[in-house]
Amino acid sequence: MSLITHYLGLTLSSPFMPGSSPLADDIDMVRRLEDAGASAIVMRSLFEEQLFRERYATIYHMEMYADSFAEVRSYFPEPSEFSFGPEAYLEHLRKIKGAVAVPVIASINGTTSGGWVKFAELIQQAGADALELNIYYLPTDPTETSAAVEQRVVDVLSAVRAAVTIPVSVKLSYSYSALPSLAGQLQQAGADGLILFNRFYQPDIDMENLEVVPRINLSTSQELLVRLRWLSILSAQTQLSLACSGGVHTADDAIKSIMCGAHAVQLVSCLLRHGPGHLKTIKDETAKWMDEHGYASLRQMQGNMNLSRCPDPTAFERANYMRTLQSWRDPLGMKTL
Amino acid sequence: MSATITAPKTDTPAGNLAKARRMVTLDGNEAAASVAHRLSEVICIYPITPSSPMGEFSDEWSAKGKTNVFGTIPQITELQSEAGAAGAVHGAIQAGSLSTTFTASQGLLLMIPNMYKIAGELTPFVMHVTARTLATHALSIFGDHSDVYACRQTGFAMLCSNSVQEAHDLAMISHAASLESRIPFLHFFDGFRTSHEVAKIEELTDDDIRSMVDEKLIAAHRRRALSPDHPQIRGTAQNPDAFFQAREACNRYYDACPGIVKGVMDKFALLTGRRYGLFDYVGHRDAERVIVAMGSGCETIQETIEYLAAKGEKVGLIKVRLYRPFDCKGFVDALPKTAARIAVLDRTKEPGAPGDPLYLDVVTALFEARTAGAIKDIPSVVNGRYGLSSKEFTPSMVKSIFDELKNASPKNHFTVGIVDDVTYTSLKWDMEFDIEPDDVKRAVFYGLGADGTVGANKNSIKIIGEETENWAQGYFVYDSKKSGAMTISHLRFGPREIHSPYLIRTAGFVAVHQWQFLEKLDVLELAKPGATVLLNSPFGVDKVWDRLPIEIQQVIVDKKLKLYVIDALTVARDTGMGGRINTIMQTCFFAISGVLPRDEAIEQIKKSIKKTYGRKGDEIVQKNFAAVDHTLSHLYEVKNPGKVTSTIHQEPIVTGDAPDFVKKVEGVMLANKGDLLPVSAFPVDGSWPLGSARYEKRNIATEIPVWDEAICIQCNKCAMACPHAAIRAKIYDPGQLAGAPGTFKSIDYKAPDFKGKKYTLQVAPEDCTGCELCINVCPVKDKTNPRHKAIDMMPQMPLRAAERENYDFFLKLPNPDRTTLKLDVKGSQFLEPLFEYSGACSGCGETPYVKLLSQLYGDRALIANATGCSSIYGGNLPTTPYCTNGDGRGPAWCNSLFEDNAEFGLGFRLAVDKHQEFAHELLKLLATFIGEDLVTALITADQTNEAGIQAQRGRVVELRKKLRLIETDSNAAIIGAHNSTLSQLAKRLDVVADYLVKKSVWIVGGDGWAYDIGFGGLDHVIASGRNVNILVLDTEVYSNTGGQQSKATPIGAAAKFAAAGKTMTKKDLGLIAMSYGNAYVAKVAFGAKDVQTVKAFQEADSYDGPSLIIAYSHCIAHGYDLAGGPEQQKVAVETGYWPLYRYDPRRVASGHPAMQLDSSAPKSHVTQFTKNETRFRMVEQQNPERFKQMMEIATKDIDARYALYASMAGLTAAPKEAIPAATPKPSTGGNGNSGNGAH
Repeated sequence: MSLITHYLGLTLSSPFMPGSSPLADDIDMVRRLEDAGASAIVMRSLFEEQLFRERYATIYHMEMYADSFAEVRSYFPEPSEFSFGPEAYLEHLRKIKGAVAVPVIASINGTTSGGWVKFAELIQQAGADALELNIYYLPTDPTETSAAVEQRVVDVLSAVRAAVTIPVSVKLSYSYSALPSLAGQLQQAGADGLILFNRFYQPDIDMENLEVVPRINLSTSQELLVRLRWLSILSAQTQLSLACSGGVHTADDAIKSIMCGAHAVQLVSCLLRHGPGHLKTIKDETAKWMDEHGYASLRQMQGNMNLSRCPDPTAFERANYMRTLQSWRDPLGMKTL
Repeated sequence: MSATITAPKTDTPAGNLAKARRMVTLDGNEAAASVAHRLSEVICIYPITPSSPMGEFSDEWSAKGKTNVFGTIPQITELQSEAGAAGAVHGAIQAGSLSTTFTASQGLLLMIPNMYKIAGELTPFVMHVTARTLATHALSIFGDHSDVYACRQTGFAMLCSNSVQEAHDLAMISHAASLESRIPFLHFFDGFRTSHEVAKIEELTDDDIRSMVDEKLIAAHRRRALSPDHPQIRGTAQNPDAFFQAREACNRYYDACPGIVKGVMDKFALLTGRRYGLFDYVGHRDAERVIVAMGSGCETIQETIEYLAAKGEKVGLIKVRLYRPFDCKGFVDALPKTAARIAVLDRTKEPGAPGDPLYLDVVTALFEARTAGAIKDIPSVVNGRYGLSSKEFTPSMVKSIFDELKNASPKNHFTVGIVDDVTYTSLKWDMEFDIEPDDVKRAVFYGLGADGTVGANKNSIKIIGEETENWAQGYFVYDSKKSGAMTISHLRFGPREIHSPYLIRTAGFVAVHQWQFLEKLDVLELAKPGATVLLNSPFGVDKVWDRLPIEIQQVIVDKKLKLYVIDALTVARDTGMGGRINTIMQTCFFAISGVLPRDEAIEQIKKSIKKTYGRKGDEIVQKNFAAVDHTLSHLYEVKNPGKVTSTIHQEPIVTGDAPDFVKKVEGVMLANKGDLLPVSAFPVDGSWPLGSARYEKRNIATEIPVWDEAICIQCNKCAMACPHAAIRAKIYDPGQLAGAPGTFKSIDYKAPDFKGKKYTLQVAPEDCTGCELCINVCPVKDKTNPRHKAIDMMPQMPLRAAERENYDFFLKLPNPDRTTLKLDVKGSQFLEPLFEYSGACSGCGETPYVKLLSQLYGDRALIANATGCSSIYGGNLPTTPYCTNGDGRGPAWCNSLFEDNAEFGLGFRLAVDKHQEFAHELLKLLATFIGEDLVTALITADQTNEAGIQAQRGRVVELRKKLRLIETDSNAAIIGAHNSTLSQLAKRLDVVADYLVKKSVWIVGGDGWAYDIGFGGLDHVIASGRNVNILVLDTEVYSNTGGQQSKATPIGAAAKFAAAGKTMTKKDLGLIAMSYGNAYVAKVAFGAKDVQTVKAFQEADSYDGPSLIIAYSHCIAHGYDLAGGPEQQKVAVETGYWPLYRYDPRRVASGHPAMQLDSSAPKSHVTQFTKNETRFRMVEQQNPERFKQMMEIATKDIDARYALYASMAGLTAAPKEAIPAATPKPSTGGNGNSGNGAH
């Protein structure tokens, strides 16, 4: 049984890898993931803000009161090895590279094509095999059009593309008005792949204290469906590598995403819940299912249920919406429309 | 001129070595430490101003792996005090190490006992001392020779440096001479004037240093060391038969020492071309009038002599370099034979002595020379005192001394630099006398402490000094405040070496980096006619002229100044530099001062930016580059219209209602003109009036809180948190609102306890520092717009006038009767603060506790205050924050020393108790005359609450009335066994009667005092069982001296002297105090649980025994925006980092455990706390793995301590669930932008 897949130009032993998350923060955990069969390691995203603000904040707080009073030259020692945030990220990347044999994919989260793009170069120099570009952008400016929002994504990709030669994939949210068009533009601008989708951590409201509180919820298989739809649509249209991220918890989830066109399946919530060994479980069960169902290789079923190959493509389009609504209402005993 | 001047600096340096030497710009501390570090193996340190940077440099160098010239990294160890450091170096050198230490002032005094030992044992050793004033009638951090003179009898050799270059060179000479002579050396230079002056010098290479030291001497030192392999015994006890002779046995070493030093100096001259002598004479070959002096003043004297001699005056100077052993013959030989009049200058005062120290030495030397027949006549010698506490010493003053020497009988024991209108010791000097050459460019910059002006200027000096042929000098003057502190930078650049260790008096360039300085201060005073003036102005080029006050315009017009403006804050914001305007103002300076060609200057600035920030990230470099480029397009010249057109006047320095003393003395000091005050202006014993901070009106907040009375719940938490007592609450009768200003806000008081009263929350608009603590503790949000709270920050300028009027009205409203208030958080804040508007940092975490103390007990408190931040914001002139209430009562405050504060406070208690005991005894003796009932009531009064106190005060008034009758009415009747008349007894009782009212003795200080230097005394005072209240303001570092680690510093935090992060956990001071069983102990954090804080203060005061309150105090040395301080305190408590408890031995009697835990078991991981503070992030960013291990230790420590406290409190701790680490951050470590106000 071959689970070999090609993702971002890399030949991987299987599509299963941890998604961008704190999982790769710990070298020991990284080793355990490799032992469990992870075909690549994706690092946590380094935020653009960290590249400047972190450095600036530290320098600011160190310098703020220096030379302010007669008795004080400064309030902090000036260490020789001041590895600010990004340097520590690079160091960690080097450590992971040293610890595992599988490819290592770094991740940057940025929304502007500012000076931080240079950092992508350093990531490449530090040995990353590929780079995920996580575009986490929320438009709140009423004058910013959807076209401008999409252009921003393309611009960021272009800037990073120009800076590195390693494969670059773009992690998107699904809230774009014209995803296929955006995918096309990204392909043209040099993207090697797309990751579907980013999970926005939505803020919650504290009613008692009238405060906004960050809330981190792990995903469920429910979230898979929107990924399946867009994998199906995009895999039929693009040559880009596609990864499914968010909502894969079981072998069934994984198989569905592969059938819809995923070249890679990124796991986070299920690994956080069940530990790194769960990756092996999903991988083994997938192989078992494929064996039971007569698939000799992953390639055979990759994209077999996408928009161009599935028996009823309309199901992924608007008609399916009607059906889904109806199926939801029936159990409540309500009349269908 | 050269024909008549002798100035020995002409040796040819050894060519090869000289070529390898770099020219560097650094300060005297770095210059000396650079040599000391390279010649030492064991360095024992303790922070004290102004020597701390020498320890800091050494610590940083060793942390970075920098070796000494023998290839090993010196080991740096911080001790608990200077006494400890001296003991440790004594041990190190006895065990054969090359060792050094750095200190000053009282710190040096603490080393004296060991200095005798080190010298007695003839051990090579050098200590480097930034000579600093000793505390007498007051503390001073500035420079004079009173500390080093106090060591002249220890047996140490003493070598004095006069400049930054000399601090470097003579450091070298000291180390070499000590090894050769076996005599330990005290190498000293003037605190601040040399230690903090930045100058361009030639740096000694490692090869230079090695070639100056004979390694055989090091080997000999090691062979003499104590070692079990060839044991000796030292430190024996000797008896009358032996001691005397044995003490004389060292004589030959002292006899040889001057010759050895001379030899080393000669060797040094051959190496470097810089020649020094034991006594260096400079001046006219046939000088008739000669000054003898030591230290930086010699530079000024020499500069003046060169000027005067060129005009034909026969004047000269002897610079004393080797002060001990004093080579009498060498001195006499150095003196020109023509010298007929000598003035010996001493930078110290020894009251009651026949003369100050150097004078006595000179007189002795001359007398002995004549006795020996070496000279025929003794010249006329007078003694003068100058420069105490870094008082300016200028060429004009030098001239006045030489002029005085022309008189037939020159004044002896004179002073110069002050106006002594009491005992008339002072010489007059000509304020206009100026000898500075025109080719030296002089620039003065007025900045704010936090705007980076000084740092930028240090950088400019480096650029000019190291990248051009110019010589450069910088000196920086700071004011006494920590919030809104003004800095004045004095920079000189020129084609020749600069020997002018005094402030600039006329400048060709004046920069005013903050607009508000123009509103009050004479900042253009130093601008010479035609000078260039640079203003950072919020007003554009077209509007700025009209916004200048009349007084400033007048100066600009009269002196025909060239005016440039830039809106630096806007440029800083536009280029992403936040509020930092340093790079922008520096760029402007280079662009318009003409010190360097503009393009070259800009290139150099950028080069320097790259050097400074290169390894910290290219983004930072780019932002700074952008700021530089953006600056040039926003810098404008303002046309000088040649006439005054403004309608605005400068604000008065102090308010109109200030008392005479405040206006005439403190006001002058506030205007930076304190040097003009005569001796008669000052109290004779250092006493100072209370409560003058209120007249200062500093207006440093750009935004101030504005109250929304409609939604306020009147909890007073804002007032509780305010570090400056600048937001206050009052309840009062509605009738008192008559005459209230139109914008004065008032609302019905909501709680039932004072039904019918009105309530007002009022900000002091001109005293608020804008720290926002009040906003952050305010629990009330507007339900329809939660961003709006019951207090919001609003721009101060538009509110200033109205709120000033409102605040005046508010202050005049009567304070509520103390006896009627419930003393919880709310009630305590209706009490009048007797500590207000201090100069503490904006957002200070200490002062809310001090203010609370003053509210609760200020009217009957004696406060012993350890040296540190709290003594500086508590008692640094000109103005004082401690104040009095309407009855004239207020805290009696005094700072003794750093190390003895607990004992000092205990002394207060002993005196107060004795006074009370004596009063009781006298009451009993006089009972029949006073009345038995009153006497009994006075002796047995219940004074456990405010009502009891007030009642007792009434009884004392009653008593005094009776005593008056007895005093006047008495006949000669003798009462008791002491042969006293009735009248005498009554008078005695009258004097001590106030002590019948309970006094509250507080011992206040920081963690450096309580955990380290003062711990021995603290321990003893707690053990004494006496009724004292000890308040430890725990910032977990030595805040006042710049953040050095103390034993209160937590594991994993970076601090000075712990550059790589402290590796030991924090000492549990509370637990140690509890171990006595007789002490009340509380650990509090007002930001986390203000209720518990208030309760702890009351329990501490009421406890009749020692009480210790350890108060969490957030601090700028933690590295985050202090507006988030209270929130961070909450996190400290929730994570178990700072558990809250009260340990009250009284509870045991009622069958309860003494310990009460006031916070729950840790709810989140300690990293939730540490991630918000730069002090921890620095360590994490340096080495995340190591930091992780440290946090594991911290977690175990937190858990263990909580479990221990819980068991002490009789709680059964629930089985502990592992708490996950803080939401894992990117392995970058930082995540600061999600922190609690960490940004």
